[in-house]
Amino acid sequence: MTTEDSIVAAVAEAVRTREPLLVQGNGTKAGMLRPVQAARTLSTAGLSGVNLYAPKELIISAASGTPLPDIENALAAAGQHLIAEPPDLSDLLGATGKPQTLGGVVATNLSGPRRVAWGAMRDHVMGVRAVTGRAEIIRSGGRVLKNVTGLDLCKLFTGSHGTLGIITEITLKVLPAPEATGTLILQGLDAAAGVAALSAALGSPFGVSGAAWLPPEAAARVPGLGGIAGSATLIRIEEFAPSVIYRIGRLKDQFAAAGAVTLDTNASLAVWKDVRDARPLAVGPGDAVWRVSTRPSSGPSVLNALRPAGVVGFLDWGGGLAWLAGPADTATHAAVEAAARAAGGVWTLMLAPDSLRSIVRVVPDEPAALARITREVKAAMDPSGILNPGRLYAGL
Amino acid sequence: MIRQPDPKPDVMARRDSIVAGLRALLPETGLIAEPLRLKPYETDGLSAYRQVPLAVALPETTEQVAAVLRYCHRNGVRVVPRGAGTSLSGGALPMEDAVVVGMMRMNQVLDINYPDRCAVVQAGVTNIGITNAVSADGFFYAPDPSSQLACMIGGNVNMNSGGAHCLKYGVTANNLLGLKIVTINGEIIDIGGAHLDAAGYDWLGLLTGSEGMLAIVTEITVRILRSPEGARAMLAAFSSNEIAGGAVDAIISSGIIPVALEFMDRPAIHACEAFAHAGYPLDAEAMLIIEVEGSVEEQDRLLGQLSAICQKFDPISLKISQSPEESAAIWKGRKGAFGAVGRISPDYLCMDGTIPTSQLPLVLRRIQEMSDSYGLKVANIFHAGDGNLHPLIMFDANDEASFHAAEEFGADILRLCVEVGGCLTGEHGVGIEKRDLMPVQFHAHELQQQRRLKSAFDPDWLLNPSKVFPLLEPGAIELPQAA
Repeated sequence: MTTEDSIVAAVAEAVRTREPLLVQGNGTKAGMLRPVQAARTLSTAGLSGVNLYAPKELIISAASGTPLPDIENALAAAGQHLIAEPPDLSDLLGATGKPQTLGGVVATNLSGPRRVAWGAMRDHVMGVRAVTGRAEIIRSGGRVLKNVTGLDLCKLFTGSHGTLGIITEITLKVLPAPEATGTLILQGLDAAAGVAALSAALGSPFGVSGAAWLPPEAAARVPGLGGIAGSATLIRIEEFAPSVIYRIGRLKDQFAAAGAVTLDTNASLAVWKDVRDARPLAVGPGDAVWRVSTRPSSGPSVLNALRPAGVVGFLDWGGGLAWLAGPADTATHAAVEAAARAAGGVWTLMLAPDSLRSIVRVVPDEPAALARITREVKAAMDPSGILNPGRLYAGL
Repeated sequence: MIRQPDPKPDVMARRDSIVAGLRALLPETGLIAEPLRLKPYETDGLSAYRQVPLAVALPETTEQVAAVLRYCHRNGVRVVPRGAGTSLSGGALPMEDAVVVGMMRMNQVLDINYPDRCAVVQAGVTNIGITNAVSADGFFYAPDPSSQLACMIGGNVNMNSGGAHCLKYGVTANNLLGLKIVTINGEIIDIGGAHLDAAGYDWLGLLTGSEGMLAIVTEITVRILRSPEGARAMLAAFSSNEIAGGAVDAIISSGIIPVALEFMDRPAIHACEAFAHAGYPLDAEAMLIIEVEGSVEEQDRLLGQLSAICQKFDPISLKISQSPEESAAIWKGRKGAFGAVGRISPDYLCMDGTIPTSQLPLVLRRIQEMSDSYGLKVANIFHAGDGNLHPLIMFDANDEASFHAAEEFGADILRLCVEVGGCLTGEHGVGIEKRDLMPVQFHAHELQQQRRLKSAFDPDWLLNPSKVFPLLEPGAIELPQAA
């Protein structure tokens, strides 16, 4: 049986034998970033269960191996939800037949469409317990919503991909789920015009909580967009029902675009779940998948620059997140790097064969001064280098 | 009295040459070393503690900051970063052998980008200065600490400042995109940018709230937001703290998250009303200020629902603002709370802990018991939605015994916050004030791990080294190297 103590013991043993560990939950995101060369796998999947849920305090604490659907169901039963809307990428990354865990979405800091308005997973991690590479249990944060006591290791652990410590418990801020959801769809805009519309919507007083642009071939892959001809520019409002009607109406007036259509709550939920899970992305067999994050207005330039390289994609986060799929080779990867750099953005290699992802920069290299701090921080947390070595950067 | 590390004798002995060395790196008026002119820098918002520094550097560019830090690093000189000096936890308290690096001359808004909803500002821009730069176009910068007219964004980043509206909009950390930092050895590093969620470790998150211990922040890319169509406040007054706490629970349970949900107890109500004449109910034991946003119709609907919820708790009075002027008056009392308490007491300590909101009635009862036993009055103001408590302890600084009692009282409140599941500081930071209470919240090995992270950025412990972590007795525990 897995307990926090057994994880401490396993880390201590790995430190003693100097045998690296592959740290994971259910392994649904093992295909992300670089492959880890490790003698053994240490899974948190056995650490499961909600330890505290106080809906009136907007707080939930659970063991890191808790299946994310269990968390989502517990919240839904009390009319609440996960603020960052983390995606379920199991189909995209290769389904393992097991659900992703809470620890998995925190360790990868993956957020969905709502990120553009309401923050990332890292913004809502209020507390963590973790086992460091020193085989010590440390805590950061707590179970309250505002806490600046000491250095914020919650943020450091979130998105560290298991390289700094093994998260065993996570406390999240949660919020009431909206009473209704509405979507305004503008049809047939090219990427630049679509993103300009998204910027105007996000810059409106109406609290837009989702803003995506899907080219025609991507829109065609979303069943809920069946009647849409050409590209789809999607604008979401999540609010009390009368406010959804009012705000969608005001946005529709603002754009006054021919062919603007609206979706009701149920249709909206289905469409945005597909956007969240990157289902508009056409991933061919053997293709690689990237996420590129840029300033929103540069999103179209990333798509346009990569089309000649055979890379397809769509934009979320008002244009600031490009989901991309294309040939899994070094030339295409170099083109993605170049397009991201030209737009002042960053890339993450989400899926590729080991042969590619072990030889390319899966995320950008840091400037030398920062890379040195990265090595020092890694050494401070995991001096023996046994936790997911090489996951983010070669040799770290 | 708070203990400071002993000044380094070699630095004190080389004072004149250090001043000359730094003067050569800065514009003509950029270095202060005359005792009289150092005096204004001897303290910050925690004015009970004072220490004149060795010198004050006032750089005007990131490159000058880098040159100053490189010099200090090479010469083993400690550095205390400073913004507007409004820290309530003594985060900018100087040390006798330290150079204060004041950021007030780096006060330019460098770029505003509405399509990408971000602005690049220098660290010495005031918090309100960001909003002022974009408000004519209908935008604002969300975190709004009470000191927002004076406090600087660089200080906000280092303390991860909050405010009355963070229940909806989050704290500083949730409203940043990028930083330009200077490390202690003078290297300039860009973190993040105009995009969301940089790859690699979350340096932006670690640096935010790091209290000047890891690097000096010179430029910040902030998210700016479009202002809502409108906002309106209401007042609800109740006959006990318990009942008001029940109303808070009921509001959150209803699915409505007001943009602000402020709680004041009887002493706070009286102090603020005498100051602001906001029409606060003087017969109430507790009062809520609740604010909602949206169109007028949306405000009406939400305020109607909130009134109906409050009605179930037998309110002494309910008052929905009928105009922007009335809303402003309601807020004037709350935002003037510190000044108001300052009028009825010669001095006060503003505490800042967070508790699980369910513990509010218990905590307020225990604070009242402590108030009785210490013989010091206290007024409680509370960001009720997120559990952030601000007891204002009134004392007389001319009476040493009164000051020590106030400090003890404050420490007891913070211990109580931790005991009921909360923390030592919600938004003011640890600074020097709560440094020695850190072991109440953290185990020794947890503090040691945090110290190692500081060492990773600042191996010689030159950056604000006396803050946040309890001082280590010389030789007791090795100052950790990162690895």
